[in-house]
Amino acid sequence: MSKHVVVIGGGVAGLETAGRLSKEGISVSLLEKEENTGGHLSDWYKLFPDRRDSGEVKKYLDDLSKSENVLLMTGSTVAEFRKNNNHFHIITSKGKEIKADAVVVATGFDLFSSSRKEEYGYGIYDNVITSADLERMFRNGKITMANGAVPKRIGMVHCVGSRDEKVGNLYCSKLCCVTAVKQAIEIREHIKDSKVFCFYMDMRMGGAHYEELYREAQEKWGVSFIRGKVSEASESINHFIVVKVEDTLAGRPLRMEVDLLVLMAGMEMSKGGKSIAELGGLKTGENRFFEVADHHFGSNISNVAGVFYAGACTAPMNITETISHARAAVSEVTEYLKASGN
Amino acid sequence: MQGQLFLKLQNILKHQGTDMEKFGFTISKGRQIDYDSNDRRIAEYILAKEPSFSLCIECGCCSATCTAANFTKFSLREFNILIKRGELELVSQNIKKCMLCGKCTLVCPRGVNTRNVITLAKQAFQKTESYAV
Amino acid sequence: MKKEGKKAIWSEYQKEIADDKFFYVRSCIRQNFFPGSEVAFLRIMRDVLGKDVYEHPCHTTCSGIGYHSDVVPVDTAMTVVARQFALMTEAGYKNYVPSCITSFGLYTEIMETWQHFPEVKERIRLHLKNATGREFEVPSNLAHASDVIYKFRKEIAAKAKYKLINKNTGEPLKVVDHIGCHYAKMFPSKGVGGAEYPYVLAGMVEEWGGEVVDYPERRHCCGFGFRQYLVQANRGYSVACSKEKFESMKPYKPDMIITNCPGCPMFLDRWQYVINEMEGKRYGQNGEGIPVFTYEEVAGLVLGFDPWDLGLQMHQTDCEPVLDKMGIEYSPEDKYKTDKNKIVHEVRTLVNA
Repeated sequence: MSKHVVVIGGGVAGLETAGRLSKEGISVSLLEKEENTGGHLSDWYKLFPDRRDSGEVKKYLDDLSKSENVLLMTGSTVAEFRKNNNHFHIITSKGKEIKADAVVVATGFDLFSSSRKEEYGYGIYDNVITSADLERMFRNGKITMANGAVPKRIGMVHCVGSRDEKVGNLYCSKLCCVTAVKQAIEIREHIKDSKVFCFYMDMRMGGAHYEELYREAQEKWGVSFIRGKVSEASESINHFIVVKVEDTLAGRPLRMEVDLLVLMAGMEMSKGGKSIAELGGLKTGENRFFEVADHHFGSNISNVAGVFYAGACTAPMNITETISHARAAVSEVTEYLKASGN
Repeated sequence: MQGQLFLKLQNILKHQGTDMEKFGFTISKGRQIDYDSNDRRIAEYILAKEPSFSLCIECGCCSATCTAANFTKFSLREFNILIKRGELELVSQNIKKCMLCGKCTLVCPRGVNTRNVITLAKQAFQKTESYAV
Repeated sequence: MKKEGKKAIWSEYQKEIADDKFFYVRSCIRQNFFPGSEVAFLRIMRDVLGKDVYEHPCHTTCSGIGYHSDVVPVDTAMTVVARQFALMTEAGYKNYVPSCITSFGLYTEIMETWQHFPEVKERIRLHLKNATGREFEVPSNLAHASDVIYKFRKEIAAKAKYKLINKNTGEPLKVVDHIGCHYAKMFPSKGVGGAEYPYVLAGMVEEWGGEVVDYPERRHCCGFGFRQYLVQANRGYSVACSKEKFESMKPYKPDMIITNCPGCPMFLDRWQYVINEMEGKRYGQNGEGIPVFTYEEVAGLVLGFDPWDLGLQMHQTDCEPVLDKMGIEYSPEDKYKTDKNKIVHEVRTLVNA
């Protein structure tokens, strides 16, 4: 009898997991809460480090996951999640009942809600936006201030909602630094005589080709990097944003006006993931992401036998790592299904 | 419209001396780098002639090995930033302390031609009257 | 600027403010700077709003000024505060209302300390018993006097004779609200509106017809830190703080400044004179200064009290421009007269020049 696996979440991790499982001859129910799959991938314009079109990755995932073995259910969340002996009983929000031999949770992340950092004025000052808002501007082909004018001076604030005790997120979201560098270059490409300033605590360029991107930003595009965490942003009389930061390497406070301020919002455990954790009795860690059994060789394994994790629901990770993590989850699932017998 | 009290005090104080003598204090000067009103022409001059200047990440490897930094106020890392921000007083007074030994260029991880940066900075200061060294 | 964003934040920082039977404690220095303000508060609370506000004749300074200047040790400050609470308990009250914002900060700090470290509270209980024989209970509600006026701002608006509107143009007056540092910066949850966008004075201004000015240095301290201000040689630092605020608010052309701390209006009012002397700069329009008020004075003006009863003649920066804009009736000749219609002696010598 063929085994059935439920994959919760139709983003990058979910699509890769479902596709690879189906190639092993395992039938999959793929649950996605939105009407379309893709998750956060659909919000991106070009991906780092090589600035390739995000649509190409989406196409690869769609081709992989479109299979007669994969039953896609959009607009569906999980209403009930029970384990009975060796089987899982899941009831979706649309009332569909599914019986599965294993479950892969791929609920991904939510972006930090930047209005929680009151001192940056997101949602209050017109010209303060997040990196997600900026990416949307890239998709629409136009970068503008609130009044429609073209910004000449853009500031980017690193570590918004990450590495911050005040909002309860001590961890680093890993990808915001390289995103800031990528977006800085894209702004410079788009707006000819623009000047971009990145206000960072540390430059975390840990992935392949990230450091080279940082170098390109400085050398080719003249992006300025000022080491210091922005303490507050306020609005001047012309609706420009006044930024106060300590230029720590010069040892003096610095004040400047920018036309547009971009907040690099961090990653948090998703709301959907939190509800799955409660429904299924799954443990979350101190950083509120799912807690994995072992950091080195068990990063897909949960505290419930038969429930596995794939992707950013365990920790911030980029698309390359998410796809690798999903493939690892598939390997764990197939081994588990073999061991649990027919 | 001035109040009577105001006029009286003004008359009395006109006969006294400096702010320090009149009040016992003067208004403290701010330390903020006011990026918008600073003069960054020196930085632009150096960037135009030595493009590798843009690669500096202020890691401090240069000042760590610097011969002059051991004994004087010359810190190339600090000066690079101050030049970029347009805060030129400290730089213009101390840049002549560089011995042009070139150790900084040997260690820079980003490949900045630091020795040329200093030479160009000196040149730029000469050309800018207010900071002539 | 999107108001809804600020409203969302204000709604997160709400606090409990009692609505009657207040135990009022005065500020030790406020009556020197702005003599009409505390009297105005009592008049508004008792005569206009009909509330019970009690002042114990034996109450003293909270000793915050000494504590923050490093001359009063923290145990002494806590014992003095405990004595104030003992007076409140004896008089049968539970709602504590200080007039001074530094006091409010000190009381909040001490009550929080006692909540987290009950052994400290017991030690102070013993100190007070040994020193004075009194016993105390911690107030069930602590609110600053400006919180109380904020709570009743709608009732005051209902009885208002004047509004914060320029009668010539019909436009609301542009008001800069300046909050004392000890109000919400120490414990954001204990201030209406939190630390970033405090609402306690903005709420009053909006209710009474004015428009609040948001300028970049809104959160900046005025410089009235005791350790800076009390030492003459350090005062330049204090003036520089106020100056930074003035430079930042000037382009917005504010008509007036409203404050809720004893020190802030003193600084913002007096330093305009000092900056004019030292640098020749003025920050209002037409070469004037920007008049600075306490919230009691503004409430009093709105209710139609006589400006000279409110003590506005003691302000260094003349308040008449605002009185004229609001269309308040007052007699300029009575400015320096006492209630017996005698003129106050003119200043002949400058003390401590």
